[in-house]
Amino acid sequence: MAKAKVIINQEFCKGCGLCVNICPKKILTIEDDFNSKGYYPATIFDEEKCTACGFCAQVCPDVAISVYRE
Amino acid sequence: MRTIFERPKTLIDKPFTYCPGCHHGLAQRLIAEVIDELGIAEKTIGVGPVGCSVYIYEFFDLDFVMGAHGRAPAVATGVKRSLPDQVVFSYQGDGDIAAIGTAEIVHCANRGELITSFFVNNAVFGMTGGQMAPTTLPGQKTTTSPLGRNTEVQGFPFKLGEMLAQADGSAYIARVALTNPRLISQAKRCIKKAFLTQIEKKGFALVEILSPCPTNWGMTPQEAVRWVEEKMIPYFPLGEIKVKESGSHAS
Amino acid sequence: MERILMKGNEALAEAAIQAGCRFYFGYPITPQTEISEYLSRRLPEVGGVFLQAESEIAAINMVYGASSTGARVMTSSSGPGISLKQEGISYLASAELPCVVVNMSRGGPGLGNIQPAQSDYFQATRGGGHGDYRTLVLAPSSVQELVSLTHRAFYLADKYRNPVKILGDGMLGQMMEPVTWEGVELPSLPPKSWAIRGKGDGERKFILCMELDPRELENFNRKLEKKYRQMAEEDTDWEIFGEEDNPDLLLVGFGTVARILKSVVREGEKEGWRLSLLRPVTLFPFPYKPVQEMAEKAGRVLVVEMNLGQMVEDVRLGVEGRAPVHFYGRVGGMIPTVDEVLQKIADILRGEAQK
Repeated sequence: MAKAKVIINQEFCKGCGLCVNICPKKILTIEDDFNSKGYYPATIFDEEKCTACGFCAQVCPDVAISVYRE
Repeated sequence: MRTIFERPKTLIDKPFTYCPGCHHGLAQRLIAEVIDELGIAEKTIGVGPVGCSVYIYEFFDLDFVMGAHGRAPAVATGVKRSLPDQVVFSYQGDGDIAAIGTAEIVHCANRGELITSFFVNNAVFGMTGGQMAPTTLPGQKTTTSPLGRNTEVQGFPFKLGEMLAQADGSAYIARVALTNPRLISQAKRCIKKAFLTQIEKKGFALVEILSPCPTNWGMTPQEAVRWVEEKMIPYFPLGEIKVKESGSHAS
Repeated sequence: MERILMKGNEALAEAAIQAGCRFYFGYPITPQTEISEYLSRRLPEVGGVFLQAESEIAAINMVYGASSTGARVMTSSSGPGISLKQEGISYLASAELPCVVVNMSRGGPGLGNIQPAQSDYFQATRGGGHGDYRTLVLAPSSVQELVSLTHRAFYLADKYRNPVKILGDGMLGQMMEPVTWEGVELPSLPPKSWAIRGKGDGERKFILCMELDPRELENFNRKLEKKYRQMAEEDTDWEIFGEEDNPDLLLVGFGTVARILKSVVREGEKEGWRLSLLRPVTLFPFPYKPVQEMAEKAGRVLVVEMNLGQMVEDVRLGVEGRAPVHFYGRVGGMIPTVDEVLQKIADILRGEAQK
């Protein structure tokens, strides 16, 4: 499978969780630690399983996610 | 590496000031994407509202005019009549477009002004803390309808899209939601059509965008998205309400 | 020089065209609707845009939009319509946008009537809307002056990046007088680099009317304050008619009333009075110093207005207690007559003699 890369700008992320909800592979979660604004940002914990579908980036209201595929 | 998704060029690289889970950011991102795809950033002028998105001009690499509450369609009319070759869009919330500014948007549509209007409908007045809006649903609790909107006393929700479609000057009226990637793609197509309606001089275009308001609805972002899907969409149906194929327009 | 008999409203409208106004947004209201009707015909002839808006609120906001692109733009109305525009005028002042707002005043308050009045003086000169802003206010007194002051209004609006009001009344708007269309000489102005027209290949620009940081908002208000002081220093205007050096009494009046007071000055000679009339042409900035100087020379002042006493407060401010200031007013559209004013002067002089 092609290698996918998901970059989450954790300073832009407000931890709304919409990406976690929408990910079909269920490989996004909310971090234990918070960013400089006090939000708990999202993070990808199993990038190997990512198909670069882009849904997370599509539903992110803060344009905090970029998605690439090799 | 192939780019699957990246921030559009016209959307300035700074954090949005909207609440977690608010769809203002999504709507504005889609508008920026369409402006980039149509290649019109150099000639596009935005007219902003008073409300949660009062700072909209901070987020777009475009010329912007900020006006009084509700008056964006009139301000946009002034801009467009002065600069007919430029692309002019207005962006408003419930209070701006469906309460204080109702006369301005109705007549703007009626005149068939060649502008593109965006209406973000979250069924409350967001900026001021969640009061009842003309779009508040029957039974919906807000800070000025604490027992739930009573239609006998407080009237019925406002279907602005359907109302504006009545005007002969309206050439494209659509209502969209952004609750999942499929609807987001559909919304983007409608936004593009709305801009093209202006560019092809067909007439007035409006896209009504349903949005969650987690903060004022007292819900998590996920709950709020579900509330849009389960409660708002049945009352405010999605789709292209009006599409005028050809325009006889001389604005 | 050719003289054409013209109605005030139409002369003002034509003067706007000649001053380069190419955008007009308005709504009908008596006694100024001829301005709209005239421009609906003339603006398309010169490639301009006339748009009858759905309300005076919409009209002032269309003015805001067109002005932000750098165009010369005007709106006009009377009493109730001018009240509707106040929010928009405050926004125009905040965004530092030039425009001309014409008020052909009528009897008020409320719907009032359609006869001439001067009861919008406070509204015009004290900003009128919310916030600490002012607009220049020009008070024509003849149809010819409607022409020259309209030219000046557009120039001053651009010079200061501020709304400018023309405060006329129903009589001036409706009367017909001979007008000459000689060119009006005004200094040239720099191009409007602040205007928004689409960023092109440059940097984006904004037209804004908000500042949430109180320190910054205070700085901005101080900037406006400086602007208004400059207006006072450079563009205050008034006329002295009649006795200049040794008057027995100073009359102060503006607009239509000033015409009546000129007759009073002439008639007063028959009574043996040396009367002086100071006619403010700019109501803001108000000619406080000339008023004070003339009041000191005269020893007594009579202010005549078509209201319950508005400009008289500015006169009292200017006189600073150095002479008694009397007032005579008619309201609701009633016009003071020469005889009434002469009688009032006689009463004042007799009153002093009896003390």
